[in-house]
Amino acid sequence: MKTLRRRQIQDKIMEGLLVVSTITILIPLLIIIAYVVYNGFGALNWSFFTEELGSPARAMQGQPTGLVHTMIGTLVVDFIGLVLAVPVGVGAGIMLSEYPEHKLNPILRIMNDTLNGMPAILKGLLAFALIVKPMGTFSGLAGGVALAFVMIPIIARTTESSLMTIPWSIREAGLAIGLPRWRVVLSTVMPAAKTGLVTGFLIAFARAAGEAAPLMFTSFGNNYLPNHWTGMIFGPVDTLPQRLYSLAISPYAQWHQMGWAAAIVLLSFVIILFVTARLLTRQKNY
Amino acid sequence: MQKRNLRNLLPVMAIMLSVAIFSACGGRSGSESSDERRAARAARVDVLGAGASFPAPLVTAMADEYRQATANRVTINYQSIGSGGGIRQFVEQTIMFGMSEAFLSDEVMTNVESSTGGRAFNMPITLADVVATYNLPGISKGLIFNSEVLVEIYLGKITRWNDAKIKALNPDQNLPNLPITVVHRSDGSGTTNIWTSYFSRVSDEWRDRVGMGTSVNWPVGVGGNGNEGVAGAVQNTPGAIGYNSLSYALLNNMSYGYVINAAGNVIPPSFAATTEAANIELPADTRILFTNTPAPQGYPIAGFAWMLVYENLDKNNAIANESEAVELIEFLIWAITDGQELSEGLGYARLPQAAIDRNFEMIKQLKWNGEKIGEKVLNRVLNS
Amino acid sequence: MNESTKEILERPLHGVYRWWGDRVFLAVAVILGISIIALGVTMAWVLFREGSMAINEFGVWGFMKGRVWDPGVNFVFGALPFLFGTLVTSIGALAIAFLPAIAIGIFIAEYAPRWLGGIIENLIHLIAAIPSVVIGIWGIFVFAPWMREKVYMPVFLWASENAPSLLPIIGTPIGYGMTTATIILALMIIPYTTALTRDAIRQVPKEQREAAYALGATKWEVIRMAVLPYARGGILSGAILSFGRAIGETMAVAMLIGNKNTFPFSIFGPAATMPSVIINEFREAVGNLHLSSLMAVGLALFVISLIVNLIAAYIIRKHSITGGQAV
Repeated sequence: MKTLRRRQIQDKIMEGLLVVSTITILIPLLIIIAYVVYNGFGALNWSFFTEELGSPARAMQGQPTGLVHTMIGTLVVDFIGLVLAVPVGVGAGIMLSEYPEHKLNPILRIMNDTLNGMPAILKGLLAFALIVKPMGTFSGLAGGVALAFVMIPIIARTTESSLMTIPWSIREAGLAIGLPRWRVVLSTVMPAAKTGLVTGFLIAFARAAGEAAPLMFTSFGNNYLPNHWTGMIFGPVDTLPQRLYSLAISPYAQWHQMGWAAAIVLLSFVIILFVTARLLTRQKNY
Repeated sequence: MQKRNLRNLLPVMAIMLSVAIFSACGGRSGSESSDERRAARAARVDVLGAGASFPAPLVTAMADEYRQATANRVTINYQSIGSGGGIRQFVEQTIMFGMSEAFLSDEVMTNVESSTGGRAFNMPITLADVVATYNLPGISKGLIFNSEVLVEIYLGKITRWNDAKIKALNPDQNLPNLPITVVHRSDGSGTTNIWTSYFSRVSDEWRDRVGMGTSVNWPVGVGGNGNEGVAGAVQNTPGAIGYNSLSYALLNNMSYGYVINAAGNVIPPSFAATTEAANIELPADTRILFTNTPAPQGYPIAGFAWMLVYENLDKNNAIANESEAVELIEFLIWAITDGQELSEGLGYARLPQAAIDRNFEMIKQLKWNGEKIGEKVLNRVLNS
Repeated sequence: MNESTKEILERPLHGVYRWWGDRVFLAVAVILGISIIALGVTMAWVLFREGSMAINEFGVWGFMKGRVWDPGVNFVFGALPFLFGTLVTSIGALAIAFLPAIAIGIFIAEYAPRWLGGIIENLIHLIAAIPSVVIGIWGIFVFAPWMREKVYMPVFLWASENAPSLLPIIGTPIGYGMTTATIILALMIIPYTTALTRDAIRQVPKEQREAAYALGATKWEVIRMAVLPYARGGILSGAILSFGRAIGETMAVAMLIGNKNTFPFSIFGPAATMPSVIINEFREAVGNLHLSSLMAVGLALFVISLIVNLIAAYIIRKHSITGGQAV
């Protein structure tokens, strides 16, 4: 039988251990962010936002070079993905939460979770087989489809859980005044769950925006802005995560600098999305 | 394909629109410049190419230069996806031209001929040279290797730097008793292709056991990802040997070795020695490996980087119309003539005249719907 | 759902607006739901179709057991090095991350004041939010060189002086390798375990704790005896989901593992994982069999992921307080 003293000491030790491990994990995180912020802002300059990449010779000879085409391309591809993913994800979420008795739900839930945990690179391979091969060319559209595959399971999940938070009494009230079920879902439940839904979209969008693996075989990359705006959708497009990867593994110090700059831009973009999502969730809690 | 057609129609529609607006305006001054701009934009062309990463800095620099030379009218989007990727996308007709450090195999050539009714051309664009880089305390560049020593190091048979065979080649050097750490590329690479093609040519054992290719099953050694991965591993490991392109070794102040060529001469790697290596009797289709070159002053570990183009350009799905084909040909001619001026500044050897002549012969045969547009464009460009 | 809801929901429907509206609405939702199932099935089918050439050539087990990946001469492809690399890095990452991740979960839920817990929670979420290429670029330029200088080189030099027989196990200290990748992976998967641990702990009823306190237990004893056993389902499924993440992580690993396709692997030396070999070789592969083998590796990755997720789903259902239903 342990004495009270020993038990109290053990209690303190465990508390100390918990604090220490928490700090140990947070330190590398802060180091990563500090490095990205420090190197990234050091490498950012005006031409980064206004010029196209071109050849490495440009960077090595100190000519202005940047990633304007990459940032535009990222937005285009990400939004194509979002537009494609939202209907599918929301539909599946509605099916899971509003029709809990549906026979397909258990399969859908497991398949959705599996897809969510599936390596993003496989989603890229799928989009390559489904879009790039039949279309015969790499395209922003194919990249958007690959990102949609990343977003869909997340949106389905978050839609389900945010619709679930709406009490059944609200639905009952709607049904009681004679509204059909679909009107209840569309006009009562979904507006009530609006913030939750939007938060889910933002999280999915942010997660997809950071993915490089699905884009390597789909949107492919481009050193310039396409000559016509349609080239953004039907032609090869540059995106930040994929360009960041190729800059980082390139043999040029100047491109490594641009890689850091791309990293701070990408990180800021993703963090802004996440912070917005979290602020929205906080509001909802009132 | 429908979507591509739509995209191809857009310039036409834009031209029609701008013409309509222009005629409606009836030459009213002020709107003229914006119409011109719109017409100029409609006349713009994107040329998509992809392939080998070794010539990528040169080709993208050519693209920058060419874009300026054509006042932003022609954009060459070249993505470095590796030689293998360049060949595959070329065959799948998703790109207008491919780029590779390995020429097309007979099998691919036959397939292309049966599917498009014309040949696939391998046109030399630049030269790739690979040097042995090493990290030996106290020894800078200029260690002398021959084919036997390099192969045996990479087969794991020579394991120490003070091996008798290395000593015999370098009697003046104070070779340390260090274990040799072999470093190779871990990703697929045209540099590996040239390096292993040299080994396969000089050693039967290497050819039968390992062979040549953009990635092979290495008998010994550690992998580095990219030129940089190899360089990093070499520079951080005393006793390491690796291989890099000459331009990369120069750029990063790495120690690199001299190699005894087939004629028995010690050749310090240089652009001139690389160009010299290609100065041999070239076949009409330029599909030749000249690693272990017979040229007496040629550096033995070098090869062409080829641009891959269909003879019947109209049969390539990636090329939508004749004007795109003409733009591609014009760029091609520019790249092997004026474009070569960029070579030395970026660390590349120039094409030898023999290769340029062969290229002209091939360009003359390029066709659009049976019409020899290649010859037409070539005559126009050379006469202007 | 209580009785009155059910009655309302099952009340006979009338009116075209109501009848058709509900039918169409349900049909659309079901079609969209099915499209997700179809997506999963299509993914498996496409990977199988593209990978079938390699599977036919080497057989399922021959492919999985094959130790040689030779796209140069013999065109023999075996996935064992990548399977091994994936499992070792993922298990290693989980082993490193498991206890600290749970510790943070406990700290947030039980010890930290509300404001601090909120901050830490957000920071942990941030780890999951950082794109893996960003972690990768930090790894390439900061972490790998640091590890080489401060860890690998000293150990390597010590071993070459004192225990040369260990050198093949330790491997070449180039900085990129299995250990570097595993540590980075460990950091990247922490949020998933932490989040589920915290959720599970928060669901433990107050009475459970109060009963333990009433017996005179210290805070740690309450956690150990009353809280953790109750939350073990959540913790375990969190760990498995983390493991699933580690298996599928592509970019950061491909940038840091050094990419060596052949055995033997060593502790510090380079290796490869299933996602890393796909990303490195897919664009480069020219041979049909090479390409097909990469697809077959993708299929193996799919199957492993599916199994891991099924296990996680099973554990959540079995151990969770509500039996798998959302509360």
